[in-house]
Amino acid sequence: MNNLLPLPVLLPMFGAALTLIVGRRPRLQRLISITVLVAVVVVVAGLALTAHREGTQTLWFGAWPGTAGIALVADRLSALMLLVAALVTLGVLVFSGGQDEEEIRQETPVSIFHPTFLLLCSGVSNAFLAGDLFNLFVGFEILLFASYVLLTMGATRPRIRAASIYVVVNLVSSALFLILLATVYSATGTVNLAQLSQRIPGLPDDTQVMLQALMLTIFGLKAAIFPLQAWLPDSYPTAPAPVTAVFAGLLTKVGIYAILRTQTLLFPHRPLTEVLLVLAALSMLVGIFGAIAQSELKRMLSFTLVSHIGYMLLGIALGSVDGLAATIYYTSHHITIQTTLFLVVALVGRVAGSTSLERVSGLVAVSPLLATLFFIPAMNLSGIPPFSGFIGKIGLVQASLEYGGVWGWTLVAVAMLTSLLTLYAIAKAWNRAFWGEPELVTPEQDGDDLVPGKLPPVMVGATIGMIALTVLLTLAAGPLYDYCQQAAIALTDGDYARAVLEGR
Amino acid sequence: MSPNLALSLVAGVLVACGVYLLTERSLSRILMGVIVMGNGVNMLFLVAAGPAGNPSFVGRGNPEDQIDPLPQAMVLTAIVINMAVAAFVMTMAYRSFQLFGHDEVQDDREDARIRALAEKDQVSTTFEEARFQDTGEDMVSE
Repeated sequence: MNNLLPLPVLLPMFGAALTLIVGRRPRLQRLISITVLVAVVVVVAGLALTAHREGTQTLWFGAWPGTAGIALVADRLSALMLLVAALVTLGVLVFSGGQDEEEIRQETPVSIFHPTFLLLCSGVSNAFLAGDLFNLFVGFEILLFASYVLLTMGATRPRIRAASIYVVVNLVSSALFLILLATVYSATGTVNLAQLSQRIPGLPDDTQVMLQALMLTIFGLKAAIFPLQAWLPDSYPTAPAPVTAVFAGLLTKVGIYAILRTQTLLFPHRPLTEVLLVLAALSMLVGIFGAIAQSELKRMLSFTLVSHIGYMLLGIALGSVDGLAATIYYTSHHITIQTTLFLVVALVGRVAGSTSLERVSGLVAVSPLLATLFFIPAMNLSGIPPFSGFIGKIGLVQASLEYGGVWGWTLVAVAMLTSLLTLYAIAKAWNRAFWGEPELVTPEQDGDDLVPGKLPPVMVGATIGMIALTVLLTLAAGPLYDYCQQAAIALTDGDYARAVLEGR
Repeated sequence: MSPNLALSLVAGVLVACGVYLLTERSLSRILMGVIVMGNGVNMLFLVAAGPAGNPSFVGRGNPEDQIDPLPQAMVLTAIVINMAVAAFVMTMAYRSFQLFGHDEVQDDREDARIRALAEKDQVSTTFEEARFQDTGEDMVSE
């Protein structure tokens, strides 16, 4: 019983309503949104502390007898994800506040940016806290609808084109999710995750495999795992910069979280391990080869996102405590780093007028500050010691070695190769955009180009804050990794079901 | 519980029609597909609810004869979400028609460009000094 649990969902929802009411006063909107998100950060930090010290927190809604009601559950994993998500959304919101009046008209023209953004946060929190599959579905729908609106913001040509792909893909995954819910309910008579973990092992093997494959397809589509990744690099880069940043950082990780939760809780014997290992390896390779071929920074980063999703899937597939702990750590690292990089690329666009590697060069001379801002998270992403990316990858490699055999060694090789190729892609981008003769874009009449300009201090401040967060993940790696280790142990020893069903 | 065969068949046919329509390029056909498929999926919840029975109100008859209310609550949520989806896709199809004169989902230009380079067996533009020449012709298959 913990009445703090609904707050990460409710606060942004109330904030969304308030900001919608004061839609004509952008300053007030900004103030409300930032206040709400700061409050959420405080609440989830408290939740994480409680979950860490006193164990999994559960809240059953209404006075329903037994397990008929809806449960919100925060164990260490959920609480950590919530905390990282809240910090990242706060950073992005502050960043978006740096746009001047003129740009607000062009990039995020209508008064609905803040309400929709807050609804997205609310949906993400709901998905992380959901204690049953149906509530997870509702959380996904809230965040998806918010994302449809954010992606089509302003309804320009490229955004409508990109959004139609994104919307259709996600409609299919929502329909599949509903089919899953109906199937699960007819097979077991419940959608509560804790109860499912007791009932699914009693089902016939073929039914179990079907349910597992269905879940992997649905969540794999959201997480952009190969071969379900093709929609991502097509749809993300066209959105407004803050939107792309938060999508790339958070939305795919919600899918990863759902896979992590359902696989460890419902299928503890891991019947599809080999399939998952192959998919993890292919996601890494396909993503990174895609990234190397790109000549546009945002698209390149979208492809590296696909490839690094492979790392997280690798840890889940291995299923050992070490693998899961590394995945949890890597996921929190990757949420922050991917968001930060997209924010930096947005700054590159502002300084140079374009983010195309063919049209921009010599940025080191133009803005040394920007070059530093790009360099730190870029090295972190490619896994250069001592950054958090390196620590997460080492954890995953160790877990693969423990798994051993041909599979283990192959995956270590693939993970190493992907890491090297990430460094290659990043180095190539650095060579093109930052070294050489300074060359900025002369804006074309009808293109997406911005007029090359100065760095707005608010945006730089927000980006520095995000980089500080990624560095903090590195500095606090010891205690944080212990926390992840304990979260992983709790995932594997059935603590979730015990805590949720206690006294029911 | 033995599932209702007729309902399952109807659901199967509706979902199959929906999938067929979803594979079209035009957003209005996709919209039809989504609606048909959504109805098919809702049928599955009726299958999950078991045999028909009395409405499930407290104090109305024997609880044994009442139908399971939980799948109905889920179907209600699904119907509401489906309505919102229909509204959004319709708006998007209309906006697409305003901008392009049709409502078809289009290929990605950047993607087509890189594919064209691969077909010509050329290296990526960011590789060494090879530079891509924009011929001005549209690579997107219409």
